[in-house]
Amino acid sequence: MPVTVRIPTPLRKLTNNEELVEVSAGNIGQAIIELQNRYPGIKERLVDDSGAVRRFVNVYVNEEDIRFLQNQETPLKDGDEVSIIPAIAGG
Amino acid sequence: MDSQHGFMKALKCRECAREYPLGATHVCEFDFGPLEVAYDYERIKHKLTRATIQGRPQTMWRYRELLPVAGEPTVGRQVGFTPLIKADRLARRLGVRELWVKNDTVNYPTLSFKDRVVSVALSRAKELGFTTVACASTGNLANSVAANAAAAGLNAYVFIPADLEQGKIVNSLVYGANVIGIRGHYDEVNRLCAEIAGKFGWAFVNVNMRPYYAEGSKSMGFEIMEQLGWRIPDHTVVCMASGSLLTKIHKSYQEFSKLGLVPEAKYRIHGAQATGCSPITTAQKAGLDFFKPVKPNTIAKSLAIGTPADGFYALKVMKETGGHGEDVSDDEIRDAIKLLAETEGIFAETAGGVTVGVAKKLIASGRIPADASVVLCVTGNGLKTLDAVIGHVGQPREIKPSLREFEALLECEGKSTVNV
Repeated sequence: MPVTVRIPTPLRKLTNNEELVEVSAGNIGQAIIELQNRYPGIKERLVDDSGAVRRFVNVYVNEEDIRFLQNQETPLKDGDEVSIIPAIAGG
Repeated sequence: MDSQHGFMKALKCRECAREYPLGATHVCEFDFGPLEVAYDYERIKHKLTRATIQGRPQTMWRYRELLPVAGEPTVGRQVGFTPLIKADRLARRLGVRELWVKNDTVNYPTLSFKDRVVSVALSRAKELGFTTVACASTGNLANSVAANAAAAGLNAYVFIPADLEQGKIVNSLVYGANVIGIRGHYDEVNRLCAEIAGKFGWAFVNVNMRPYYAEGSKSMGFEIMEQLGWRIPDHTVVCMASGSLLTKIHKSYQEFSKLGLVPEAKYRIHGAQATGCSPITTAQKAGLDFFKPVKPNTIAKSLAIGTPADGFYALKVMKETGGHGEDVSDDEIRDAIKLLAETEGIFAETAGGVTVGVAKKLIASGRIPADASVVLCVTGNGLKTLDAVIGHVGQPREIKPSLREFEALLECEGKSTVNV
């Protein structure tokens, strides 16, 4: 069972409107590269010039914010669910 | 109004300035930056004068050119214009010359500042053709969405952490809203709602309607300036959950200055959080322009957002205006609730205790000087968070219906029984 990535509305134009995408990457950083290979242009939306996840993007692995885990080093295993969510919401 | 969009021009990304149509969307497709409503200030300047404002009913809609609806508001037309109280007794206790309390504990209809943002969001949602509205909430917003949706005949789904205060849960259920309790903290509720909003065609007031919703908070600042006699206070203390209110108070001061409705002035805006959930004030104290998310643990549940959406911008406002961030413990929050109640007769919820407690600290440390004018933004009513203070405000003394017992009670407590 591969890893499922949930694509947020603002990025679905890049994924041909796919909401769920499967990857086989071993961690979050590799998953972003894998997404970029398949959907060119998606990486620059997610990370800034220095390679860090953008200020207004939150990434979760199985509902946990990766900033509470190991950021882009956070390991992924089969069956994990990754959510990419715009940070600007709520309050 | 003159055009199809009233005085709004577009939605504009705060980061890259890309423009978007005035629909139900809240983030930039390119950098995920927040979208904000851009206005035609030239036209507003001709229309909105002090006299125009003063000639209108005393509600938040007297500033409607600066609020993002295209036509007349249709939801929450009676919201706002809450009292600005000259708090002389509290001022003496805190040691400051001029102190005011902006009292949104009595905002209409659900007793918190959230009625301001909801009346804007739901009026705009109706303009955009929505029939179902929703929100992620720490309680007050859920109450306001539930009540205002009921009055407007809209369907409502409100999502809250399941462990909220009873008062806040009942105050959503009674209006017939669909109340969904999530087993998790607010940040988890919020993440789920972002996913639901991407899937269902609803108007989520603080997700896809957020650019409109957030603007409603400016009305609190507009009212403060008008009620002070058209001026900006030297210091404003604002409690922070997402940090949005603080940034919008700042924006309101800037807009009135720009339109010539108040004299240009130097002012400071201070941010208040509970120590058990203080990502923004912790970053401010450390001199950082970004915050580290936290897992909240505080009695101030209405402020318990560990990943604050506007944290970055709130830090920027404090830095630009020379304001400070400060936080208070649960005990300090309860003490401050009691202090405000005993000196001014205002019963605030825990968030109000945070604001008053932080003001006390900032005055004591000299960060707010003793000769300054200060406004405290008190945002919600204490009747909704009774759980937080029960057991900390004493007990009634019980006696039989007997004059003798009453006199004995006073004597026992060492109080005079002679009428003075």
